[in-house]
Amino acid sequence: MNNFTYSSAIDTNSALKLFSESPDANATRFLAGGTNLIDLMREGIEQPQSLVDITRLPLAEVQQLPDGGLRIGAMVRNSHLAAHPLVRQKYPLLSQAILMGASAQLRNMATTGGNLMQRTRCYYFYDGAAACNKRVPGSGCDALEGFNRIHAILGASSKCIATHPSDMCVALAALDASVNISGPSGERRVPFTDFHRLPGDTPEIDTNLQRGELITSIDLPASSSGLPSTYRKVRDRASYAFALVSVAAALRVEGGMIREVRLALGGVSHKPWRASVAEQFLQGKKPTPDNFSRAAAAELAPAVPRKHNAFKVELAKRTIALALSALAGDAPSSNAGGAR
Amino acid sequence: MDVSHNGFARISLHVNGVERSLTIEPRVSLLDALRDHLGVPGTKKGCNQGACGACTVLVDGERINSCLALAVQYQGRNIVTIEGLAPSGVLHPIQQAFIEHDGFQCGYCTPGQICSAVGMLEEFRSGAPSAVTKNGVPGDLTDAELRERMSGNLCRCGAYVGIREAIHQVYGAMKP
Amino acid sequence: MSVIKKAIETVAHVMPDRDRDKLADQHRFLGQPIDRLDGHSKVTGAAPFSAEYPVDGLFHAALAYSTISRGAIKSIDTSAAERSTGVIKVITHLNAPEMKVPKPISAQGEPSAGATEVRILNTDQISWDGQPVAIVVADTEDRAEYAASLIKVVYAAERGMNSFEEAIPSAKKPKQVLGEDPEVTNGDADKVFSSAKNRVDLKFTTPPYNHNAIEPHAAIAIWHPDEKLTVYDTSQFTAGTANSLVDIFGLKKDSVRLISTYVGGGFGGKGCLWAYNQLAVLAARMTGKPVRLALSREGVFRLVGGRTPSQQRVAIAADDSGHISAFIHEGVTAQSTDNNFPEQFSFPPRHLYAMATYLIGQEVCEVNRVANTFMRAPGESIGTFAVESAMDALSYQLGIDPVELRMRNEPEKDPVSGNEFSGRHMREAYRMGAEKFGWKNRPAAVRSQREGESLIGQGVATGTYPMYRMVSAARVRINADGTALIESSAQEMGMGTATVQTQHAAELLGLPMEKVQFDYGDSTLPWAGVAGGSSQTVSIALAVQQAAEKVLKELLSLVHKDSMSVLKSAGIDNVRMANEGIFRKEQPLVGETYAQILKRAKKDFVAAEHTTGPPMEIMKYSMHSYAAQFCEVRVHEQTGEVRLNRWVGAFDAGRILNPKMAMSQFRGGIIMGIGMALTEETVFDDRTGRIVNPSLAEYHLPVQADVPPIDIVYTDIPDPHTPMGARGIGEIGITGVAAAIANAVYHATGKRVTSLPITLDKLL
Repeated sequence: MNNFTYSSAIDTNSALKLFSESPDANATRFLAGGTNLIDLMREGIEQPQSLVDITRLPLAEVQQLPDGGLRIGAMVRNSHLAAHPLVRQKYPLLSQAILMGASAQLRNMATTGGNLMQRTRCYYFYDGAAACNKRVPGSGCDALEGFNRIHAILGASSKCIATHPSDMCVALAALDASVNISGPSGERRVPFTDFHRLPGDTPEIDTNLQRGELITSIDLPASSSGLPSTYRKVRDRASYAFALVSVAAALRVEGGMIREVRLALGGVSHKPWRASVAEQFLQGKKPTPDNFSRAAAAELAPAVPRKHNAFKVELAKRTIALALSALAGDAPSSNAGGAR
Repeated sequence: MDVSHNGFARISLHVNGVERSLTIEPRVSLLDALRDHLGVPGTKKGCNQGACGACTVLVDGERINSCLALAVQYQGRNIVTIEGLAPSGVLHPIQQAFIEHDGFQCGYCTPGQICSAVGMLEEFRSGAPSAVTKNGVPGDLTDAELRERMSGNLCRCGAYVGIREAIHQVYGAMKP
Repeated sequence: MSVIKKAIETVAHVMPDRDRDKLADQHRFLGQPIDRLDGHSKVTGAAPFSAEYPVDGLFHAALAYSTISRGAIKSIDTSAAERSTGVIKVITHLNAPEMKVPKPISAQGEPSAGATEVRILNTDQISWDGQPVAIVVADTEDRAEYAASLIKVVYAAERGMNSFEEAIPSAKKPKQVLGEDPEVTNGDADKVFSSAKNRVDLKFTTPPYNHNAIEPHAAIAIWHPDEKLTVYDTSQFTAGTANSLVDIFGLKKDSVRLISTYVGGGFGGKGCLWAYNQLAVLAARMTGKPVRLALSREGVFRLVGGRTPSQQRVAIAADDSGHISAFIHEGVTAQSTDNNFPEQFSFPPRHLYAMATYLIGQEVCEVNRVANTFMRAPGESIGTFAVESAMDALSYQLGIDPVELRMRNEPEKDPVSGNEFSGRHMREAYRMGAEKFGWKNRPAAVRSQREGESLIGQGVATGTYPMYRMVSAARVRINADGTALIESSAQEMGMGTATVQTQHAAELLGLPMEKVQFDYGDSTLPWAGVAGGSSQTVSIALAVQQAAEKVLKELLSLVHKDSMSVLKSAGIDNVRMANEGIFRKEQPLVGETYAQILKRAKKDFVAAEHTTGPPMEIMKYSMHSYAAQFCEVRVHEQTGEVRLNRWVGAFDAGRILNPKMAMSQFRGGIIMGIGMALTEETVFDDRTGRIVNPSLAEYHLPVQADVPPIDIVYTDIPDPHTPMGARGIGEIGITGVAAAIANAVYHATGKRVTSLPITLDKLL
């Protein structure tokens, strides 16, 4: 790891100021829990000259919003968020997704804002000796013809087939969250599903956050509160492993018809994948296994499998159907990945 | 300390009840600060990337991976390592139970396992849920709960069963 | 078989057996569930591992590794690294002094520990992706590691043999496999097989694996005046490593002291000399400073070899009653271009079943990869996966219960050598295991049990591992204060060496355990063999017993000179060591304590050292341990996720010396087998020969949640031909595990997965 200048901010303004005063904005990073950034720095993938520590910012609260929604401070630790009574009560999907990610130690360190900024676990991104357009734009992509078992099947490009590793973000995508951002030119708010990007021709850019901007909080709308929901994660180990496929699902059935459905996928794309095709298919239909399967098939129709990840297409379809069936009461709601 | 100068930072860490000052580069991890700069090497380095849990220490009572923590970030925090669990020489119940149930073989992951177990029991007692908690409310510390909650600590010798027995015993003894 | 080996075996058969060890029936300390003696130091963090010794003025080294698998270094630019803060030296093949290549690992004669023939840092030639190309020495580890990342190498790359599959057609029969013939045959197994009515013929593949002890390899090297050297290392073979360092640097014999008191897991990965310690010594020599080289996790993957991949075929024919008429086991493993280790996967069937005809053999091919090495139960772990999966398939074809099928093929004598078994209680192990597991309640039909969304299945497989004994030395000293000191360069990496050797010596000498000290992990002590082959406990115990006999003789010669002694007329055959001294066998109250004898003789101590002879007993007898592994899996019907519900391991491994620690050894082996079966794989990019997942985040060791309740039962029947009646137990636990799981998955789903690991994509 290269050495760097370290400074610690006490509030959002001082954080933005310290960032803007650093000699090179492109070589400056905000440092929160460090669980991903420090790892990437140790691997030489990130080599910042300046770090601005934001862990002391007063953004560690979960607040109820006047409309019944929740505002989650960017510095709320993942473990605290998952255990927060309001989250467990109103947005259990979020709690569940967080608890299926990483380990207890990492969740005690990692922050809400930092979770959004996680970078891919692509082997070739992590390996400085490999070609990777995300790490070194224009250098090529060794994953395309390499070992790509964990890679994307939806929304990938010829430049990059990396996936986003977060579980929490999959839940946030399903919950219609939005991201509050402060920057040199003021504050703005971005719908969660617009926060992360598909790789296209610029896989080096993961998100629509601009240099020097800071995530201050995440808002969860009241409309997502109290939905029957489940987070289903399929992985190689029973715990402490990234998702091969994960599904965040919420379903409200009234009068035998689907009144509301939310569906997002993890492990399949460069961003948390909101499955809007499947959602549209299901709207107003009967909650039957057949409809769930057809919705899943429609969502996965544009999937582009590679040599080692073709199984993900079928796995994603089945996991969608399992999650929705569980919510529709057709199957036990236990998660197969967990210990018995 | 807010800003580092000349590539170095003079900081102070509260480790096992003692305030220790040291001059280090900001890039020094809390793990390396403990092991190589403060002479408390009981905390172990297994992967240096948050994938094994050998470096687990308690910060303000919560377990974290010290390999992914910069030492400069942890000033003013109460850091407890394996060396701090038995300050008077009397073993912590978890340490004693690990011996009785043979919850280790080579001993390298052990300090992390033990610190993690201490933090885990506190989390459980506070009502924090895990991925296998039904309906978000933990009841008893079942084997499934324990296994999920301790999955952040790898043991290659495979002492997992002994570790479980040790933690169950301590949990059973502290239940009201 | 070589003429020499044949001659030795002939001698072995006419040599008398050692007397049955009377300690096999003693229970004061042996057989007791005693807590680990090093437990306190391990649970308090006080136990120092090799990277943790406080050394004044310590400098730190880091390595740069090649990123091609074959070719030459055209140029290497170290200027940025040299300018980097804190750096005092950069060493490459251009400025490193000549070092001798260490002899391949061997415990015979002068011990050595070489892993590869590659001339590390003494050549511009590259043989594997990961070969060290530079060392950076700096005042802190962070600075050394950062500077190492600044080294720029230009290669003249050549196309390496990067893919195992591609190399298989070039496989050849090795001269020998661990001293055994690469192929053994009896009758025309092919012919019998091809005309048989009942037969299975399956192909299996196993991937490369890495040991991944949680402690990464690390060494501290300190040069002293007069070309003396101290190395703190993490080693499974202190004697071999120290002696090889003498060779590498052209030093005088005994000028290297290698200290390795605590080893943070080994599993075979710390048996050979994997260059990091050599390079720490080199760096210390070239800088004049004490130097620590602690490998990163990625560094361990790049520099330290793991288990070979394999491709195997098992074809079995049997009559309607299940008796095997033909057994064929063949296949290929890989080794590097610069080592010689054809992993012995074809060994298990040479000893397991009565077979009318057989053809059992193996070949090896070469790849440009880091040298492969032994990893927990090399051969038997992957070999039993294939053999025992095929036996399971045969049981379904015949409609015979899998346990019963194995019982019907129990041999009277070793099926290949014809030797008598020293102790084989497979039937008893199966009986105990089946009872504990409740095997009789298992429905025979596949895909017949369900639990929620999952299919349930139960599987069983046999495990086996040979009994080895290494030539080893020990020193026994009895002090005038009545205490004893046992010394051996032996290794403790969690097996319980320190504890069990103390139990043994206390039992042998008739002392309380508190009065026995066992010193180990130091190459200046009498040389023990490698901690490998599950051999260490008995190997050292025999050396201790034989040294103790010398001490007893010495003590008797003292009392014989003393007219006052009640033992003055006692011969060695009518006394025994008990009650802290020497007492008459016939009159147990008549005797003297060690303290009485030594004080009267005005001696501070008596001591003797002994080096054991070669293990002739394993030439004469078929000596093996056995396991019956039972498990229950649940396989999610939709996602294919395989999880374990429960496990029962039943073992026939001779006498169990410490049930508490033995339980950990057995379970530990089973858990490593669970990883082997379900989650672990070292992935090489076949295009480049580079490891794709050199991290614990992407190489999936089993975590707590993957490990079910594990029950262990064992026969505890002493082996009449081994010290204490014990056979090794470090490796038997992993054998049969992958097959038991694959067999349970078949029982649950009707799908036979023949390639490891059994990941969910293979079951979708």
